[in-house]
Amino acid sequence: MTDAQLPLQVRGLTVSYGASPAVFSADMRVEPGAMTAIIGPNGAGKSTLLKAVLGIVPALSGQVTVYGKPLDKQRSRIAYVPQRASVDWDFPTRVIDVVQMGLYRQLGLLRRITGRHRSLAMDCLDQVGMADFADRQIGQLSGGQQQRVFLARSLAQGADLYLLDEPFAGVDAATEKAIIDVLKSLKDEGRTILAVHHDLSTVPDYFDRVYIINKSPVAEGPVAEAFTQDALQRAYGGRLASGLLDQLFPVAEAAPAPGFPARTA
Amino acid sequence: MGEEFVALSLPPILIGCLAALACALPGNFLLLRRQALIGDAISHVVLPGIVLGFLVTGTSSTWPMMLGAAIAAVVAVVLIETVRRVGRIEPGAAMGVVFTTLFAAGVLLLEQSDTSSVHLDVEHALYGNLESLIWLDATGWSSLWDPVALAWLPPELTRMAVVLVIVALFIAVLWRPLAISTFDEGFARSLGLPVSALGLALVIVSAIAAVAAFDAVGSIIVIAMFICPPAAARMMTDRLAVQVGWSMLFAVISAVLGYVIAGYGPLWLGYADAVSAAGMIATISGLILGAAALWGPKRRGAQS
Repeated sequence: MTDAQLPLQVRGLTVSYGASPAVFSADMRVEPGAMTAIIGPNGAGKSTLLKAVLGIVPALSGQVTVYGKPLDKQRSRIAYVPQRASVDWDFPTRVIDVVQMGLYRQLGLLRRITGRHRSLAMDCLDQVGMADFADRQIGQLSGGQQQRVFLARSLAQGADLYLLDEPFAGVDAATEKAIIDVLKSLKDEGRTILAVHHDLSTVPDYFDRVYIINKSPVAEGPVAEAFTQDALQRAYGGRLASGLLDQLFPVAEAAPAPGFPARTA
Repeated sequence: MGEEFVALSLPPILIGCLAALACALPGNFLLLRRQALIGDAISHVVLPGIVLGFLVTGTSSTWPMMLGAAIAAVVAVVLIETVRRVGRIEPGAAMGVVFTTLFAAGVLLLEQSDTSSVHLDVEHALYGNLESLIWLDATGWSSLWDPVALAWLPPELTRMAVVLVIVALFIAVLWRPLAISTFDEGFARSLGLPVSALGLALVIVSAIAAVAAFDAVGSIIVIAMFICPPAAARMMTDRLAVQVGWSMLFAVISAVLGYVIAGYGPLWLGYADAVSAAGMIATISGLILGAAALWGPKRRGAQS
């Protein structure tokens, strides 16, 4: 794999809010056509890493390349889905208007929104099962519906690399299913997905690769290799419920040599 | 009737409308960004700016004073941002600290400097002098087509019209980036939009509107028009473009109705004197806001 083909490569990224670093010296290689989860305990800098990669928060140091080039040359190939809680849902706008924000790079400042743009936006809403809600004010939606609208907006961007911040946080089961279906079909089209994820129990089902971080990177690689009891314990310390670990690593518990990282697929 | 109206009432009504529109337009975005108080802040800090403009140039002509006011407004915006970052205070408190301090400094400057020869006082700053913006060369409606008479229109009218065009162009051209960055700053940055520069540009354009309107109509109208028409309009609709449309309508209604009621209302009620037009215009805009809060279709808690 040459670097030019890597959807995202991060070297030595450090971010600080005040005295202590939120992300320290993070390196990251996101492989193409895969779904990668960023996991780690609360306050481990998962969202901050994503925001620093996109230049939303300033980094103290580090280098980010997207498909081998600096980020600013590749913005059209990236779609970002922020945390739902980061915006004011009382904002006077309709669902369809939010999705059309994803067309900004096509529309620019003054180009008129035509029927083609509108049908593209409707198509994106349809993919997340929200076509019937196009004319609703966004504040009238449930949390899961709002998250789907955000996903539809990113689909409208037609990107190659999708960066999602906690897309499954606080959503209902139907929405979780809808979102994972959309992400998997994006992956089948050869697109790359990187998502901050908090639910360890769904990591093996949903993702191909993991990036485990606790301020500094802890482990990175395919789920079968990097998502180990050992790596999780190093990242989370004592904050993991033992029941969850037993559920994730049943073999490790029964194994005669404890502490040896082993797991079944 | 026509003669008197065109000479005495038409110019102030037009200036009031233009000022109200110039403030209400950016007010929509400031309100949605939780920065509505910035209009209040700007209209206070222009006082030290105007005094300094006078002290530096020694003239009481409008342009140096407006320049001083504009510079003061930008300084205030930078100060507010600095206080907010360094002091880690919420934006509203940072604005309050900066604008009261600068306004107080302006009052001290005004006291200590020899500005008695010019028309500069706190009362003027508050109410403006809308009623005095008359067009003595007008002899009736036909004067509107008479270039000689038009040359003697109050200069505030032309100035306010130019400023309104600037404000409207700014908002029309940058509508999409403004809307996106106001709704979802993180997403806007991920698109590569210059979010901080946009925010600063919005505040500077607001400052230009505030300074021009302040000069023509006083700070009461400026403060009221930045907040009341957009806030009332928000309760009429759930669409940004429609909200801006309503806010413009409310601004014009406030200006026209306020002026007419201030001029004729007391006479109808049997009192001898008219009341302050600036005060009445601001009051009307507040009443519109109250009505929208009571009956607006999209107020919070309303069934939709």
